Amino acid sequence: MKVIVCAKQVPDTNEIKINPETGALIRDGVPSILNPDDANALEEALKLKDQRPDTHITVISMGPPQATDMLFECLAMGADEAILLSDRAVGGSDTFATSNALSAVIDKYVKEFGPYDIIFGGRQAIDGDTAQVGPQIAEKQHLPQVTYVVDFQVSEDGKTVTVKRQLEDGYEVIEVNTPCMLTCTKELNEPRYMSMKGIFNKDKKITVWNAADCEVDLTVVGLKASPTNVFRSFTPRPKGKGSMVAGDTEAEIAANLIASFKEKHII
Amino acid sequence: MSTNLADYKNIWVFAEQRQGKIMGVALELIGEATKLAKDIDDETKVCAVLVGNGIDHLAQECFEYGADMVYMLQHPLLENFTTDAYAKVMTEAMEEYKPDIVLYGATHIGRDLAPRIAARAHTGLTADCTHLDVSVAKYIEFAKANTTLDTSTLDPNSPDKGLKMTRPAFGGNLMATIISPRTRPQMATVRPGVMSKNERVEGRTGEVVNVAVKLEEADVRTKVLEIVKEAKEMVSLTDADIICSGGRGLGGPEGFELIKAFADKVGGVVGSSRACVDNGWIDHAHQVGQTGTTVKPQIYFACGISGAIQHLAGMQNSDIIVAINKDPDAPIFEVADYGIVGDLYKVIPQIMEAWDK
Repeated sequence: MKVIVCAKQVPDTNEIKINPETGALIRDGVPSILNPDDANALEEALKLKDQRPDTHITVISMGPPQATDMLFECLAMGADEAILLSDRAVGGSDTFATSNALSAVIDKYVKEFGPYDIIFGGRQAIDGDTAQVGPQIAEKQHLPQVTYVVDFQVSEDGKTVTVKRQLEDGYEVIEVNTPCMLTCTKELNEPRYMSMKGIFNKDKKITVWNAADCEVDLTVVGLKASPTNVFRSFTPRPKGKGSMVAGDTEAEIAANLIASFKEKHII
Repeated sequence: MSTNLADYKNIWVFAEQRQGKIMGVALELIGEATKLAKDIDDETKVCAVLVGNGIDHLAQECFEYGADMVYMLQHPLLENFTTDAYAKVMTEAMEEYKPDIVLYGATHIGRDLAPRIAARAHTGLTADCTHLDVSVAKYIEFAKANTTLDTSTLDPNSPDKGLKMTRPAFGGNLMATIISPRTRPQMATVRPGVMSKNERVEGRTGEVVNVAVKLEEADVRTKVLEIVKEAKEMVSLTDADIICSGGRGLGGPEGFELIKAFADKVGGVVGSSRACVDNGWIDHAHQVGQTGTTVKPQIYFACGISGAIQHLAGMQNSDIIVAINKDPDAPIFEVADYGIVGDLYKVIPQIMEAWDK
């Protein structure tokens, strides 16, 4: 089977700190990582390849040239090849424009390598948390989509997949024919580590395309073609600090807390 | 869609229903839409959009919670949610009736459906909003009270009535206000539990518009074989008046036994930080924070939670926050109304004992 995995390089948001004086984000020294849900997407493709060794996995991404570091990691995990769209013309794209750009990459892939069976993506990226690009690529590729995938099975003939889609209070079991777009959650699997063999394999390559290479329509990508714009951005103001509850023992502290609750009619 | 923005009127709320029950977030959005509509003009109507099959009876609930109009989109193929069917009928209804704003709950269904519709309608969508404004004056008021934004460049008398959609990004480290200035409708998904419902007015009524739905089996490419409700304990963090949340300071999964006993005592529900969920101490359904549930209970007990920004993003609007932590420098104390520095295993039993006195 031919599988495309959409991946994004993101700053590790757990490592971001705020400068308490200026309120600005401190991004210096914050490591860039493969977006966690995208690692689950790649792992699911690799599991498919474990079962069906003829599976070919292409990871696609959009970003600055240094995103090749993340794609190198994907290859070392076991992907067969990677394509990066890197061009200033696609910079500043919102989710709508990003999906136009990635869809153009996929169209170019089809021209060069023929049709694909499945596109896997992560549920959402930790920098924006929007979960929009996956469904929007599906729309532009005219594919059926299933989001929040927590279990994935493919039929013998590779033409039908059966997935569990997570809901807040349970799940749905959904059957869909290929080609289709699936977005993956962390509950789906445990991503593997890079292998030594993968790290030292020199045959695999990362192709970097610019906008002209993948014939992107420049009127539908970038900041100007994005229907949403950032109006203002800022850091949240911490809620005013309260006070420490007085008392020498735990019992006293508890009694003072409850007394204050009652005094203020909180309970 | 059309470039003549003035053709677009009214606020739509996708009134998500599952198995014939309206989701709480849909009623919250009707409440929010009521406020926004007033800030636009007297003509602007709050419209609930009900999509399903055999759900006529739900219109009344929408009216009683504040909808002026209900658009009914019914068809046997809309019985259960599918992206294809719902996206098709919603997009076609939008093309026909031209709403100015469309709001969706940021549920597993809303977050699947809305981006698909936005892509098809060639319009913008802002995900997981926690605050909405149309009036610049009210946006300034909000920004002054809650943010570090310099508002001096904003004109409170501006005629701008575009939707200003505020959301957290970078794990809650940064907030951004997004606009969709050139396309209509302006669309947003909104986190459950953030907006407030209107007071229910029994017998309040409005206009129902039955929309002709065009749908064939071939339009729906996914087949729902089964819908499984998991027997796992239902956690309704968004509706809870009191939440007792545990963090890494519990030291292990057994710590949640104390938190559960505490919650039972005070009539609350159990919450958790992301660290505990990542460690497998408790199910994700309990997680409060940017990647979990946003909550605003009357009392939030943060027990052994250090207060990572991603957690604060999900609970700092609680009425009263009580933080119990061994570390007096834990950031959670920065947002707490009541701080207790101490061993939660000693403090909590004492609070439980004092509770009834």
